Amino acid sequence: MTAAAAPSELPDTSSEVPTRPNRKALMIKTVLCVVGAVVLIQMPLLMDRSTTQRLTQVLAIAVAVLGLNLLTGFNGQISVGHSAFMGIGAYATAIMMARHESPFILTMMVAMVVAFAVGVVVGLPALRIRGVYLALVTLALAAMFPQLVVRFSGLTGGSTGITLEDTQQVTTPQPVNDLFKSLTGSRLLDNQYRYYLALVVAVVCFVLVRNLVKSRVGRALIAIRDNETPAEVLGVNVGAYKVATFGVSAMLAAIGGSLFVMNADQAVPSEFGIQVSIELLTAVVVGGVATFVGPAVGALALVYVSDLFPKEHPEYAPVLFGLTLIVLMIISPGGIVGLAKQGWARLVRSRSA
Amino acid sequence: MALLEVDNISVRFGGIVALDGLSFTIEAGSICALIGPNGAGKTTLFNVVSRVYEPSAGHLRFSGLDLLELPPHQIPRAGVTRTFQNLALFPGLSVVENVMVGAHSHSKGGFAASPFRFPPVPSQEKELRAEAMAYLGQMHLAHLANRPCAGLPYGTMKRIELARAMASHPKLLMLDEPASGLTHSEVDELAGLIGALKDTHELSILLVEHHMAMVMSISEKVVVMDFGRKIAEGTPAEVQSNPAVIEAYLGTPLT
Repeated sequence: MTAAAAPSELPDTSSEVPTRPNRKALMIKTVLCVVGAVVLIQMPLLMDRSTTQRLTQVLAIAVAVLGLNLLTGFNGQISVGHSAFMGIGAYATAIMMARHESPFILTMMVAMVVAFAVGVVVGLPALRIRGVYLALVTLALAAMFPQLVVRFSGLTGGSTGITLEDTQQVTTPQPVNDLFKSLTGSRLLDNQYRYYLALVVAVVCFVLVRNLVKSRVGRALIAIRDNETPAEVLGVNVGAYKVATFGVSAMLAAIGGSLFVMNADQAVPSEFGIQVSIELLTAVVVGGVATFVGPAVGALALVYVSDLFPKEHPEYAPVLFGLTLIVLMIISPGGIVGLAKQGWARLVRSRSA
Repeated sequence: MALLEVDNISVRFGGIVALDGLSFTIEAGSICALIGPNGAGKTTLFNVVSRVYEPSAGHLRFSGLDLLELPPHQIPRAGVTRTFQNLALFPGLSVVENVMVGAHSHSKGGFAASPFRFPPVPSQEKELRAEAMAYLGQMHLAHLANRPCAGLPYGTMKRIELARAMASHPKLLMLDEPASGLTHSEVDELAGLIGALKDTHELSILLVEHHMAMVMSISEKVVVMDFGRKIAEGTPAEVQSNPAVIEAYLGTPLT
């Protein structure tokens, strides 16, 4: 039937194999992944305690940024309320660990359920409003959260927050320690254990989100972001998808909050204010909107960017940060990952030329 | 029995009557063209059938179903798909992924199954991709499959949209000006393609088109609209000689 439809002057290209990434590029990618994995695993064994703690913080924030990127980057809904979802996770963990001595993983699961439910409720207005108007609803949530924490100080410890006592903190479980000792001959320090715990949770989250985005659901999310009406006309239940994405995104932010408290041993309301929402959005953009590793890169940049500026003049840091952001956005709207992709494309092209 | 029955549909936007008691039917397995001057209400009807607009009166029956009782996203599952007059591809997805979105309504796997790649997600993904590639091959676009669809030529994007619509396994395919912006040879190719798709997939087609040569050559029935009303209906030959149609298109002589 194609022969009947094809005019003779057009070359029949239908038999051509679609372009595949060449073998060399695949090999370099594999090498990069292996090197990355080795670095991530070796990091806490080579670094001092405070660096390891800071890297664990990066992992916690990365999961929250991953959630926001799913919502904003892939689904096109802007939220400035993710500090509150992070806070929900943080307080679920802090309250349960301090008051009920619950195991950390259980507190994280509770955090996920609560944040998902709140996320769905906050996402419901997305059925009627979108864009900046939806952002305003989430802004209200972000503004409300620290106030609510202070208001219910009996449960949350008010503005001083909750600090985990030594006995309540996450420490290396004995079996893990024994195993590690038999393998390496040395103890697995608590901060190292926390790093690995956060790493496992983060890697699982990143892989699951990647699978989601590369599936039928992910295509629908991107379709909604790009062009809502045709997405609906092609059978995507736009409202349900938007609300569900909000819930999943909030859930990921809460996991980030849980990990954050696990690492910092405390939850303070001032650490989950609007400022944090803005920082999370910044990390999404700096890392690379709608990319898979962007959130991790963005979180790393967020935590470490202040180190790049002169310490003698801390007052210049926000100015320099702002300038860096503007320059980055001009050079590469796709963030750091976008920049890397450009470089990669140039490299591949020059190699093959 | 008629596949689609448009029964006395009216649409009002404020004081403007976009559709005024429009009625016609499409027989299963036929190509029905909807023509008329700009602003006659052709695209409005598409938007009513795909449930983007809510009609103020009338009924829509599609093989025994009341379409007006379905939410928009269930229309393709019922068997009705459309293309858009102004291209409506998803620039963030590759060409083949765009076509795969077309299969959304008859594929499975939601927020719970997809992240974990629970069965049948992985095997279905392969099937959907293979099927999308087959449609792209039919439209001579297989070589573009992994390209982003942004920046491709207009005619190419129109064919991607057609492939995407086909991926939803429609019984009724509604094409909104598929030939606009195409060259002469592309229009001939498109006419052949539409006819071939109709035959191989047992489609019925509702065609909105200004390209009269194409309309008259492939349609079994032509419905002519003006100002939201049906002014004529019949075979291409009947419609072409209808004075009301000539008047709508050319105006009345000044005598």
